[in-house]
Amino acid sequence: MTRALTLLRRRLVGSIFVLLIVVVGTFLLLEAAPGDAVDAYIVSTGGDAGMIELLRHRWGLDQSELTRLANYLWALLHLDLGQSVTFSRPIRDVILERLPNTLLLMVSATALSFGLGSALGIYAGARPGSFRDRFLSIGSLALYAVPGFWLGLVLIVVFAVDLRWLPIGGIETLASDKTGLDRAADIAVHLVLPVSALGFIYLALYLRMMRAGMAEVWRLDFVLAARAKGLSRRRIVLAHVARNALLPLVTMLGLQSAQMLGGSVVIESVFSVPGLGRLAQEAVAARDTPLLLGIILTSAVLVIVINLAVDIAYAFLDPRVGAGEAGA
Amino acid sequence: MSGFTISRRTMLAGSAMLLASTAMPTSGWAQTPKKGGRLVLAADSEPRNLNPAIVASNGVFFISSKIVETLAEASFDGKDGLAPRLALSWEGAADGLSVTFKLRDGVKWHDGKPFTSADVAFSALQIWKPLQNLGRTVFKDLAAVDTPDDLTAVFKFAKPTPFQLIRNALPALSSVVPKHIYEVGKIEDNPANNAPIGTGPFKFGEYKAGQYYRLTKNADYWGKDEPYLDEIIYQVLPDRTSAASALEAEEIQLAAFSAVPLADLERISKVPGLKVISKGYEGLTYQLVVEINHRRKELADVKVRQAIAHAIDKDFVVKTVFLGYAATATGPVPKNDPQFYTADVPTYAFDVAKANALLDEAGYKKGADGNRFSLKLLPAPYFNETKQFGDYLRQALAAIGIDAQLVNNDSAAHIKAVYTDHAFDLAVGPPVFRGDPAISTTILVQSGIPDGVPFSNQGGYKNDALDALIAKASETLDTAARTNLYKEFQKEVATDLPLINVAEWSFISVARDTVGNIANNPRWAVSNWADTYLAG
Repeated sequence: MTRALTLLRRRLVGSIFVLLIVVVGTFLLLEAAPGDAVDAYIVSTGGDAGMIELLRHRWGLDQSELTRLANYLWALLHLDLGQSVTFSRPIRDVILERLPNTLLLMVSATALSFGLGSALGIYAGARPGSFRDRFLSIGSLALYAVPGFWLGLVLIVVFAVDLRWLPIGGIETLASDKTGLDRAADIAVHLVLPVSALGFIYLALYLRMMRAGMAEVWRLDFVLAARAKGLSRRRIVLAHVARNALLPLVTMLGLQSAQMLGGSVVIESVFSVPGLGRLAQEAVAARDTPLLLGIILTSAVLVIVINLAVDIAYAFLDPRVGAGEAGA
Repeated sequence: MSGFTISRRTMLAGSAMLLASTAMPTSGWAQTPKKGGRLVLAADSEPRNLNPAIVASNGVFFISSKIVETLAEASFDGKDGLAPRLALSWEGAADGLSVTFKLRDGVKWHDGKPFTSADVAFSALQIWKPLQNLGRTVFKDLAAVDTPDDLTAVFKFAKPTPFQLIRNALPALSSVVPKHIYEVGKIEDNPANNAPIGTGPFKFGEYKAGQYYRLTKNADYWGKDEPYLDEIIYQVLPDRTSAASALEAEEIQLAAFSAVPLADLERISKVPGLKVISKGYEGLTYQLVVEINHRRKELADVKVRQAIAHAIDKDFVVKTVFLGYAATATGPVPKNDPQFYTADVPTYAFDVAKANALLDEAGYKKGADGNRFSLKLLPAPYFNETKQFGDYLRQALAAIGIDAQLVNNDSAAHIKAVYTDHAFDLAVGPPVFRGDPAISTTILVQSGIPDGVPFSNQGGYKNDALDALIAKASETLDTAARTNLYKEFQKEVATDLPLINVAEWSFISVARDTVGNIANNPRWAVSNWADTYLAG
């Protein structure tokens, strides 16, 4: 347990610096983009010079960049994410409203790609070079090569427009006033297509890693020993080969979480899911700097927490890792 | 199923419903309206401020025009192209110093309080004049609004103001909001801006960000038996391809404002049960315009501008970029405007040889590489069509030896580059014609506008004769004389080419056959939908 605590403490200190860099970097990048929130706003309204000046003043855009950054960081110290100029609402509320949808999408898609990917990987890796191994490897590679939005559109055309088995998009039936289990079932039905589109792309990654890992482990001496002991092939595959090949997959899980957040931007747009990814896209278009900072900050915290969890899990799965670090 | 074709003439004539090539054209519509039902339609953007009295834009009207009403609405057959809403009649004084509105009796706000002339006075003086994007210009000389009784509002102007302009501004600029809600606190921060309270046929229900807006029936609406629908749901569909799929899957019944891209229309018009409608947007005409930076010495020469006009094949643009859903333009007023348009202006036929000759004459000979000079070309990113026309223009200019470098920006960056930084030589813009040249058209060519004002003359163009014409028209009270001045204005713009008008277009609706009373006024998508119904 102390091993985990040491790791936790060390990581937390590092994380604060990471977050600071993320915030300042994003702020500067967005400032470098031409046009501000008022420019983005008047695209749809027009307006005279007086109105534009009024808006800039109201939204605090007449202050210098440095003042605004300092104000933002000061508010952040008090755990205040500020006010969104496009939503005229506290950013914390806007983000909390969307975060569950994105988390649901990400966790489900990760479960799908990791679960199915590693299972198929074990199935393929159990008999390296066999027909099923080749079939799965090529098939998953083809899926990996498909762009996410295209896969999403194909799924929509087939399952929502032609067959009408599943809803075309959204997170739940609009204005349906469903509650409790009914609502949960409704959300699950709505998640099938977006989760598939997002999950299938990363499935290939886990499948191939699992398979490659297993192929390597097969050659090791202890497998020979296990075989010599007279263990069943099934037991060798699951308890010895697969378990040892699983470790790099867990590392991948942490790294993938960041990529999955990026992938969800596209999937959320295609399936009209009101999530963080789509919100980020809208915030950039509207030049809503504090909102985008809030989203990036939330995502950064999310990725840090997931990777921390992965590291701790790793320390338990492979005792060598934690011991080495604690001794250093 | 008949094929789907459309000619410019039929579209401009604004007559007769423009063909719906569906399998059963008679099922569902032209029946007696049916009560009840929920209309679900696509929304591609989510305006946060839903107060149309502050933000007079189509994105806001699309939703809030059903909740908050104006004094009058545009009409195909009403006098002066108007139909009464909250006002029953309007009368301008001969001296141009006052306009008297007689208001509708027995109208109630959604919270039950009575609607009176005090609400009109408050909206005009506290919101339209100081805060509204368009009203700040049109109502700048409004000094007071007298309310001799609850049903009379008399607008008093400090300077003579043409009654024709006020009349033409009514459909878009005169949204009335309740005084008793807005008189407390700062108007811009009022919670009713996000959950509007009006007199319209529908009440604001709820808004789930990223998902939908829900409007519910106003049982106390003043219109007899109206509204027919129980609910309107705007489903937020951000992806360009979503609306067409959602229509096909019968998840939505209507996609307005060209939510279905032009390229998909031919396919979708063949889907049984769906109809494609190009009527109902006559009052919302967009103009495809080449904006010119006259600070560039080459472009300051009228011969060069004429050459560019001759290099553009307008018919090709209408056919290829707009797939026929547009009309070629001759000048700054669109052909479908019933009051001001004149065809009596210089025109520039597509003629590459003539364009080359004009450029030679201007002294810009082709260099060894075949180029005369280089230009920076910024197409506005707001519409697919403005971007595509940018690509076309680049090729058209190459044919006359002008090397155009395309610069693609997102909306915010484009607005800043063109209207604040003037970092362009040519830009492609889509200004809107709003029924009167004085609302948002003359500003495109007038001089003396401060930097940073969007959709205005930021190209450094100055023409004293044109400025004088604009100033004179703005204070001419007689309707016929004023109309004539704007005809002269069109001639002068087409002669001197401060900008080049290429085409005029509007939007397309796609709907289920069951949706009735679609497109029955020139601003249908942004009108109140009191008579819209769902059959069967």
